[in-house]
Amino acid sequence: MTEFTPFASLFGGALIGLSAVLLMLWEGRIAGISGIAGRLLPPYRDSAFLSRLGFIVGLVAAPIGMIALTGISISQTVSSNLPLMMGAGLLVGFGSVYCNGCTSGHGVCGLSRLSTRSIVATATFMVAGIMTVFIIRHAI
Amino acid sequence: MSFIVNLALGLLFGAGLVISGMSDPAKVLNFLDPAGTWDPSLAFVMGGAVIVTFLGYRLVLRRAGPISGDTFHVPTRKDIDGRILAGPAIFGIGWGLGGFCPGPALTALGLAAPGTLAFVPAMIVGMWIARALTERPVAPQTA
Repeated sequence: MTEFTPFASLFGGALIGLSAVLLMLWEGRIAGISGIAGRLLPPYRDSAFLSRLGFIVGLVAAPIGMIALTGISISQTVSSNLPLMMGAGLLVGFGSVYCNGCTSGHGVCGLSRLSTRSIVATATFMVAGIMTVFIIRHAI
Repeated sequence: MSFIVNLALGLLFGAGLVISGMSDPAKVLNFLDPAGTWDPSLAFVMGGAVIVTFLGYRLVLRRAGPISGDTFHVPTRKDIDGRILAGPAIFGIGWGLGGFCPGPALTALGLAAPGTLAFVPAMIVGMWIARALTERPVAPQTA
């Protein structure tokens, strides 16, 4: 069980949206993490490398900064089945870049633009995720 | 300058992920389990993010262009091809197995759980394979 946190989740989601809007305002790009992270690797086709690096460094540093500044503890439960997590990572990385977007690029930014492709992508990964969890938790 | 602005926006995005609870895979997996221990929080994260982005994009995209850079890079494709179905299906299976999508996995990296340290390098390899397969000499700029 995890606690239902409607207000914290709504507020945190709004911060994610604010970041996406400001990224569009600043340099006209979609805040899609798979796109930003995937293009940190060569080959490079544009000159936005430093921008992408900055965003990812900020993303990684966020919880460390929050702990250092406020002393909060961040609870998490991550599976310690390392082969499972490696396989999951491979599928997540491949699948999201293969369709040009993940929960942020298609889910947040794409739905906000009412993009048909993003609506199809978001519905598909939601259904695939729900089916996977159902099989693991209830069918096996 | 762009590095600093992007660093700040990455911090904001990461703080949003932590506050919303999405950096905890257990919350994500419970959202994906409506038949079991369902936690609807993720729907509120998406809702909050989409409301702000929907309204914010409406204001920002009225401008002639972004502050830094020549033009808005907004995807224009509308076709539904095999990749827009296969990619999310593969991604969704991995998401259901590990409880991480790319943003939360990177944000959780600093908390250094062994599962995260196994997940992220494999995710980067997966991204690299997908780019190697899909990027022909000139790649379209998309999300």
